[in-house]
Amino acid sequence: MKYVDEFRDGELAKNIAANIAREAMPNRDYRLMEFCGGHTHAISRYGLVDLLPPNVRMIHGPGCPVCVLPIGRVDQAIRLAREQGVILCTYADTVRVPASDNLSLMRAKAKGADVRMIYSTQDALKIARENPGREVVFLAIGFETTTPPTAVAVKQAAAEGLKNFSILCDHVLTPAAMHAILAVEGGVALDGFVGPAHVSTVIGSKPYEPFADDYGKPVVIAGFEPLDVMQAILMLVRQVNEGRAAVENEFTRAVTREGNLKAQELVAEVFELRDTFEWRGLGSVPHSALKLRDKFSAFDAEQKFKVDYVAVPDNKACECAAILRGQKRPQECKIFGTVCTPDNPVGSCMVSSEGACAAHYSYGRFREAV
Amino acid sequence: MTSGVKPNYTRPLDIKNGRVDMSHGSGGRAMAQLISELFAAAFNNEYLAQGNDGALLPQANGRLVMATDSHVVSPLFFAGGDIGCLSVHGTINDVAVMGAQPLYLSASFILEEGFPLADLKRIVESMAKASREAGVPVVTGDTKVVEQGKGDGVFITTTGVGVVREGINLSGDLAKPGDKILLSGTIGDHGMAILSQREGLTFSAPIVSDTAALHGLIAAMLDSGAQLRVLRDPTRGGLATTLNEIAKQSGVGMMLQESAIAVNQPVEAACEFLGLDPLYVANEGKLIAICAPEDTPHLLEVMRAHPLAREAAVIGEVLEDAHGFVQMTTKLGGRRVVDWLAGEQLPRIC
Repeated sequence: MKYVDEFRDGELAKNIAANIAREAMPNRDYRLMEFCGGHTHAISRYGLVDLLPPNVRMIHGPGCPVCVLPIGRVDQAIRLAREQGVILCTYADTVRVPASDNLSLMRAKAKGADVRMIYSTQDALKIARENPGREVVFLAIGFETTTPPTAVAVKQAAAEGLKNFSILCDHVLTPAAMHAILAVEGGVALDGFVGPAHVSTVIGSKPYEPFADDYGKPVVIAGFEPLDVMQAILMLVRQVNEGRAAVENEFTRAVTREGNLKAQELVAEVFELRDTFEWRGLGSVPHSALKLRDKFSAFDAEQKFKVDYVAVPDNKACECAAILRGQKRPQECKIFGTVCTPDNPVGSCMVSSEGACAAHYSYGRFREAV
Repeated sequence: MTSGVKPNYTRPLDIKNGRVDMSHGSGGRAMAQLISELFAAAFNNEYLAQGNDGALLPQANGRLVMATDSHVVSPLFFAGGDIGCLSVHGTINDVAVMGAQPLYLSASFILEEGFPLADLKRIVESMAKASREAGVPVVTGDTKVVEQGKGDGVFITTTGVGVVREGINLSGDLAKPGDKILLSGTIGDHGMAILSQREGLTFSAPIVSDTAALHGLIAAMLDSGAQLRVLRDPTRGGLATTLNEIAKQSGVGMMLQESAIAVNQPVEAACEFLGLDPLYVANEGKLIAICAPEDTPHLLEVMRAHPLAREAAVIGEVLEDAHGFVQMTTKLGGRRVVDWLAGEQLPRIC
């Protein structure tokens, strides 16, 4: 396929791998975190670990939107659907995230709740238009990539006077999560970040500059294709070797320093920062998520239906928190692959194929067989 | 003296504008009329003509194979086929991959009140055509009608019976380390034809379902004399799920070569666009064969000589592996597990 195959070329991958192997210094480790689930998926899907020397280690970050959604947020959506009888719309994997009382949105649906899987915010608007007698709530999740389409939907609903549409806003911010990972007391054993692809097309490369300037961690923004990831790893190894920490952009075909200004304006018009937001794995992180501005409060399902957020602790055996912070590997969790599998996820990292645990389970678990 | 009873007259079915109503499933005259004017007319064969509750069939020579399959595909009509021919091909293939020659089919229809008779006729005629082309008659059937909103147009269940000749033993538990894994052609065509139509995606070249009856190809493969261990058609769950089923049944592992697995370009593009992996997308006209290594070159030649397997290829090998992992060497040169499908990737695909 043109414009895709070029970025999946096995020969080129071997060349980059040879450079990484030659340039990585044997007397040290390179601990690199790919923040995004999209990168986690690419690394696992293409078996990139096999192309890296053992001292270049990839650590999966928290950038999987459904993985960082805490139980209490899913509970909120389930309550809306079951107790208030709304049509609850959301993106694919979200319906499988485990919630309280052994429920998930999918299980709530089987018990009679009206939960609908949609591909786009436009689908949610369409459902609202077609069901004027019902309340339609869109569970809006995701990082900066999915936020602009939500903003468009809210503005459209306002313009059309669509009174039966509202959103449960769980949009979160990438730089805030990276701060949370780095701000751990005593520092973290990370040598650099593979920076997000799609998120960066929206926010640009500028917001990552503090991680290089203040924390001294190199960041290389990379596309989601396997060669992008390999090239970014090589660029990170070089920065580490040269003792540099800069924001570099491997994904120049889509990312600029300023990002998509139009999308940023749109988001700023509709949303404002929450004071704090609870993430699964990272706990409460200040200024890390968005809520609707007062001007659009009529579309805020939390206010409209008075469903408060109630924090719920994760399953005690679940290590999602440590895994999302890059402190543990999936296979170090006691319930990984036994009680917790993609078919019966206990923790959120096992839900989406972008989650660290699901990716390792689905693509990499043969590595422990030896 | 002439009788005063007027001769029977039944107004013919209004195929053009008529719709299924509850009386078509009542067991009364309306149902009898639907059966005779639509179903019996299309399927027309000596067994159906017996007009009894069941078909009386001649003695079969060999072990019997029986398989059944329900079809709930949405949309009912798609590029490359419709629910009618799909319901014939699907069941014939399930019988044929057991190494059997398919002989007879039954067909059971659940119709939704309000379904246009014109669409029903199109579906039934497509079924009849597929059955005639395959040489496997529909010998008995049933029709039920459910109220509007309780079905989705039409659901079709077909059951097939076939006979296995002496000396043929195919089973999912017979794969042995060292055996080769063959695939008859490209993957993902059926699932992506359905999904791209559902999502209104258009590509430069349309995606066409591969729905086809495979018993002719399978007969040629059986006649080749190759030591075949397993045949399977990778339908729902795709190639990945079917290989995992075989690995589990046989207690073996597998190593696949990603570069050997062919995917049509528009299918690849659609998968890319929708974030799907073609390894998990349904096929309706492809088969997997597991064969002793020494017979593989000959088998491959026989397969490639058949119009339904021109692109047949060896895609991997069976390994000894207590964990039963199906693994793959990726195009990038890395290794990964090719796991079972988790959850539901594409509902209502067949």
